[in-house]
Amino acid sequence: MGKWTRRAFITTGVLTGGAFVLGVAIRPGNRAGKVKDLIAGDNESVINIWLKISKENVVTVIVPHAEMGQGTHTTLPMMLADEMDADLAKVQMMEAPGNEEYANFALGKGFVLGDKKLPLLLKGTINGLFLTITKQMNLQMTGGSSSVRFTGMHAMRVAGAAARSVLLQAAAEQWNVPEEELVVSDSYISHTKSNLSGPFASFAESAANLKQSYNPRLKKSKEFKIMGTSPPRFDIPAKVDGTAKFGMDVSLPNMKYAAIKASPVFGAKTKHMEADTIKDMPGVHKIVNLDGAIAVIADGYWLAKNAINALAIEFEQSANDAVGQSDIFDRYLQDMDTALAEGNEEKDVKKGNVEGAFTETTNTVEAEYRVPYLAHAAMEPMNCTALVKEDGCEIWAGSQNPLGFANSVAEVLDMDQEKVIVHNQYLGGGFGRRFVPDVAVQAALIAKEVDYPVKLIWSREEDIRQDHYREANVSRFKAALDPKGMVTAWNNQFLFKNEPEEAPHIPYSVDNQFIHYTNSETHIPWGYWRSVDSSMHAFFTESFMDELAFKANIDPYQFRRDHLTNAPRFLKVLDLAAEKSNWGEDLPANWGRGISLHQSFGTIVAQVAEIEIVEDRLKVHRVVCAADPGFAFHPDGFNAQMESGIIFGLTAALYGEISIENGAVKQSNFHDYQMLRMQESPNIETYIITSDNWPGGAGEPSTPCIAPALTNAIFNASGIRIRELPVKNHNLNAKSEILG
Amino acid sequence: MIISINNETHEVDVDSATPLLWVIREKIGLTGTKFGCGIGQCGACTVQLDGKPIRSCLTPVQQAVGKEITTIEGIAPNETELHVIQQAWIEEQVPQCGYCQSGQILSAHALLTKNTYPTDEDIDQAMSGNICRCGTYSRIKSGIKLAAEKLRNSSTTKILNNGEMD
Repeated sequence: MGKWTRRAFITTGVLTGGAFVLGVAIRPGNRAGKVKDLIAGDNESVINIWLKISKENVVTVIVPHAEMGQGTHTTLPMMLADEMDADLAKVQMMEAPGNEEYANFALGKGFVLGDKKLPLLLKGTINGLFLTITKQMNLQMTGGSSSVRFTGMHAMRVAGAAARSVLLQAAAEQWNVPEEELVVSDSYISHTKSNLSGPFASFAESAANLKQSYNPRLKKSKEFKIMGTSPPRFDIPAKVDGTAKFGMDVSLPNMKYAAIKASPVFGAKTKHMEADTIKDMPGVHKIVNLDGAIAVIADGYWLAKNAINALAIEFEQSANDAVGQSDIFDRYLQDMDTALAEGNEEKDVKKGNVEGAFTETTNTVEAEYRVPYLAHAAMEPMNCTALVKEDGCEIWAGSQNPLGFANSVAEVLDMDQEKVIVHNQYLGGGFGRRFVPDVAVQAALIAKEVDYPVKLIWSREEDIRQDHYREANVSRFKAALDPKGMVTAWNNQFLFKNEPEEAPHIPYSVDNQFIHYTNSETHIPWGYWRSVDSSMHAFFTESFMDELAFKANIDPYQFRRDHLTNAPRFLKVLDLAAEKSNWGEDLPANWGRGISLHQSFGTIVAQVAEIEIVEDRLKVHRVVCAADPGFAFHPDGFNAQMESGIIFGLTAALYGEISIENGAVKQSNFHDYQMLRMQESPNIETYIITSDNWPGGAGEPSTPCIAPALTNAIFNASGIRIRELPVKNHNLNAKSEILG
Repeated sequence: MIISINNETHEVDVDSATPLLWVIREKIGLTGTKFGCGIGQCGACTVQLDGKPIRSCLTPVQQAVGKEITTIEGIAPNETELHVIQQAWIEEQVPQCGYCQSGQILSAHALLTKNTYPTDEDIDQAMSGNICRCGTYSRIKSGIKLAAEKLRNSSTTKILNNGEMD
């Protein structure tokens, strides 16, 4: 994957197909002119078109992000409703482009790209498009966990405030009273002097004809009525009674089911299959060769799965057939050494004089850390339903990237993108996996062969073995300490650099820093995985800080404090985590505490893990998480995301390991790609700091800190320093050997 | 083959070895029960057979003949009211992505049918077969405790299958 896509990446939500086209269309039929008026003259104007008002005074907020549990279908409408002074009880959410009456793809594309054709470079992904949008809007936006930070702040709040403003203007005209005498509250506008009051709906039609401000006055945080509160999430009732529709649950007339098996060695083509052996199996309709994969269409998924399991498939040999995990690490190390020797590594941070600082002291520390590949393993295995006709294609799937899905499908079907309609569903977990349109491309190619809709379902084995993985990586450090225990030089070399850009950077005051990286070739597909690069760099840098503290013989919390003299926001978060975790208080024998600190996606997080080692078994008792997201728009949802990210990161730290054997992924299902369960889950306490800085993300920032907090706690309890994840591969009963 | 789901009988024409999961989802059209792993590891497919939680992805439909199958669509007392466990799930704002929650609720339901005073250990044990990738475990636990309290305080609340427990 090219660098540009990673640079332009957004993780937990992206603008979708209909995102750019939904107007303050008060009633159907008058929308074309309105939308045109709205976007005329200034590209920024279209961010003002995210709501509609019904005659029943219901405000419908158009949300251009997929709901995958992060609560965006609730938080974004809250932001709009608050600025509008709407009654949240009369606000509903519609995911774009749910109502085609308000969606117009061509217009949207025209807006996004300023009427230009989609550049070839950007085909197949929304990421580049997003970069274009942010450029056109003159925003300084990169990075993930973006729905609140970008759509919420720039679209929802502005749209709500602008709508409020034109509704007021319309009411003032209708009642012939001064606008400044009007009061707005709970979706009603009132003029007390003349005893007049009316719902938004009474003024909506005329308001829709008024030109809206691109730059309305937004509320100060002390004026918030809805933002900063935690109303029940809109999507939850359907998720407790079984009615929520995920991609997996799509049902269409005459639909049949497909199972698939792709080449275990990534990229290998189909060489031969014994189709005759299965074509007469009950319920089997068709066998489709997708070159690198074979699919079977049958009356039911189980029949299709049995047939594909019974099918002997031979894939072509490839140069990667012999590649094992150790080969990949060997190559990494070789490439790192070569780059160093030849002086052609990529420079990330270079300041001061690192080499000079090393010559001034003999007190240096070196360490090398490793992390494995990781799969996403969302609870809902990848799936997609497709119906392909000569004049168009419809896709049903849970997607983090519907426009990218449409684009990729259009390309393989050789169709205009406007002809591909994506019906986005609830996502049974995303975590970055549902950006990749691979399953939609397969479903479309399979459905193209028949005249009925086909639901393609990946087995869990396929889901684990055909993922786009968080990469395995190596990070090497060398640092120098002065006699007072201050770090004077920091040299860090690792592999690859994706997002977020600041992942390997440290908040600590170290005058001389050289942070650099190298690329290495592998055939393993890469993908965005919750918190992306931060998922490993926090483990690298925060483990190494702990090792430095140990060498300096300073408490690891105090050691970090000493290096945060120029980072007051970080210091505050760290202090809060330490305070709430009773840092420094005695623990029983074989218990330990570990601390970590990392910023990602605009949110600073510190965590303290409290663990116990019983024989060779580890019990994680408690995790204290302090976070400064600037402002938490839905504090309960923010807490839920912190908890979620910690469990996700803890699962990976303890168990997560995808290893390559004979060119393919060795693991296949939850028995060998283990997940954390309830009885292993720690008590998690989250504390939010409101700093009124620009809002940070929620979905990802708690994941990075847990691995180093955990391994630092293991060191504290046992003296065992874990430099390679996952923890399960280490014998924690080796205490006596380590400590002597 | 005739099976009974949520007190309704259905005649289904499938191979008797077909896992119950796919019959419920594809033949009956009740999609609240989810496919997660296919090997009984994750619990997303949990339904109850005569009140006992089972993995429908591994249970041949034949084994359900003559027994009562309960799915997420069948635990509410009526069409306008949710089961107390479902209510507790809303009060505690348990689900995130929500995909595993039908299975979680069916496992919790089986626990609370037997035991309205569950300890943390009881809950851990009853729920250990259900994976949640969003990590909602602490809220599931709170939800179970809240539901248990509601059940204890409400003598009129019936739990389905209560009379059918062994």
